[in-house]
Amino acid sequence: MHRRSPDGRRPPDPDKGPDAVGLPDSCPRPQREWPVSTRSVRSIRRTRPALRVAGAGAALLLALSACSSSGSDSGSGSGEAGSSGSSSGKLSGTVTVFAAASLKESFTELGKEFEERHPGTEVAFNFGGSDSLAASITSGAPADVFAAASGRTMEIVTKADGTAGTPAVFARNQLEIATAPGNPDRISTLKDLTRSGLKVVLCDESVPCGAAARKALAAAGLDLTPVSYEQDVKSALTKVELDEADAALVYKTDVRAAGDKVEGVDFPESAEALNDYPIALLKDAPNAGAAKAFVDLVSSAEGQKVLTDAGFRKP
Amino acid sequence: MTKPATTTPGGVGGGPRRTRLRRGTRAVPVPLLLPALAGLAFLLLPLVSLLVRAPWRDLPEQLASAEVWQALRLSLVCATSATLLSLLVGVPLAWLLARTEFPGRGLVRALVTLPLVLPPVVGGVALLLAFGRNGVVGQWLDSWFGITLPFTTTGVVLAETFVAMPFLVISVEGTLRAADPRYEEAATTLGASRFTAFRRVTLPLIAPGVAAGAVLAWARALGEFGATITFAGNFPGRTQTMPLAVYLALQYDPAAAIALSLVLLAVSIAVLAGLRDRWMTAS
Repeated sequence: MHRRSPDGRRPPDPDKGPDAVGLPDSCPRPQREWPVSTRSVRSIRRTRPALRVAGAGAALLLALSACSSSGSDSGSGSGEAGSSGSSSGKLSGTVTVFAAASLKESFTELGKEFEERHPGTEVAFNFGGSDSLAASITSGAPADVFAAASGRTMEIVTKADGTAGTPAVFARNQLEIATAPGNPDRISTLKDLTRSGLKVVLCDESVPCGAAARKALAAAGLDLTPVSYEQDVKSALTKVELDEADAALVYKTDVRAAGDKVEGVDFPESAEALNDYPIALLKDAPNAGAAKAFVDLVSSAEGQKVLTDAGFRKP
Repeated sequence: MTKPATTTPGGVGGGPRRTRLRRGTRAVPVPLLLPALAGLAFLLLPLVSLLVRAPWRDLPEQLASAEVWQALRLSLVCATSATLLSLLVGVPLAWLLARTEFPGRGLVRALVTLPLVLPPVVGGVALLLAFGRNGVVGQWLDSWFGITLPFTTTGVVLAETFVAMPFLVISVEGTLRAADPRYEEAATTLGASRFTAFRRVTLPLIAPGVAAGAVLAWARALGEFGATITFAGNFPGRTQTMPLAVYLALQYDPAAAIALSLVLLAVSIAVLAGLRDRWMTAS
């Protein structure tokens, strides 16, 4: 609020946000910095704080004095300016992507690709359990894009009316058994995991990989008591990497990302528990234009290649 | 170090209202009063909000589940065990730091307080590397005695002790430094061994400080999350303590998480209030 006050003529309803998509035609196209909207100031702070904030502030002041007639300082307005105002290559600012922990490797690669394609942009990731990410988004965390590891977690955000448009499934993931390198316990089927004396960790059922594990075990008619229900898939994998557990049910992509630190064992029941990965542009995205371009990149042929290389299935 | 240790929880328990009022009506400088009130509001507001937003109507139903009580019982058992373990080794350690001279004592003291500043998750990873099945010490425990600590209730106690003991050590060491060593010296000149002097003279002398430190350690252990979930994992009834249950419940059922938090809050307040008299004598 404070940032907006220097201009006495500020619009009556600056927080109209989503309804005020796009700059009205009466408003002159602002400076290059314009897509750095007020709200993204927070997320940019990570890099060159003083400069960026000052820059954004200056751009805002300029814009406010130049264009006083409308609710142009709404966060999503800037996005339209970015994407339509200049058909390509004019994106800038930071795209904040909240993505499921299992997307870490492939999205980091796609983020670099994106930054190369659109100089002046920066992709900031927040990887974590899809549920905690969904919770942060619904409680107002400044994010542009949400990529979840399950339809259910995406639903948390769509139900809270947090997405712009319908989420699209961009990848699917399959479970695999992760064991120590060389598979010392000779695990070859899901049933082997129920052997006594074997320490198995699963994800907690509240996170997607745990829900999928439960589905797969139910499909196989098995009753498995793990030593721990881990809070996310990476912690489950870490327990195997550190050799604290003998096996874990994790995603194929995680096994691949871990390289030779673990060995993956496929099992047929995993087909019963495929996880859909939906991605969506968020309604309150501070940098919607660049965010949309990132979503497009993920669904493009190139994005799909990166994802399948990481072990994902096509949707 | 005793001062902050003893006054903080005393403040939580709420100082005697009479004193506050009397001082309030006399001259409290505004530059002190305003920030103090702001600080108080900042500390209390989240707790009040928890009460305001609590799903009071569904509360009995939320708390009826066996899992809640299982988690609470485990939390209480583990926090108490961790406190006892901390007392057993922490008090002698504090004595060593306060009453003896040895090279590198300052460094040792700094290292003892390290878990205070270490992110608990890092502590959990460090514990895995030390006491894990493949850890520096853990591999011998496993191959010689067949003991594995991760994923066990003992693991929870160890993780909580690791995080909570520094509170006790610092508190007791501060009390020891404040206590007059001449009583011990008198006891030894009268023929008591140094250990007898410690047991019969020093320990009663610093009892309030020990109690204060123990309560601090207990409270810290009760709230322990990071090191526990990293080192001991999460399994209902075995290693799932209340904070873990709250965290996981938050993922799919925030109302349940709030209900669990209320229970934990109530227990903490009850214990701190119950021990307030001890606190008062300590300070």
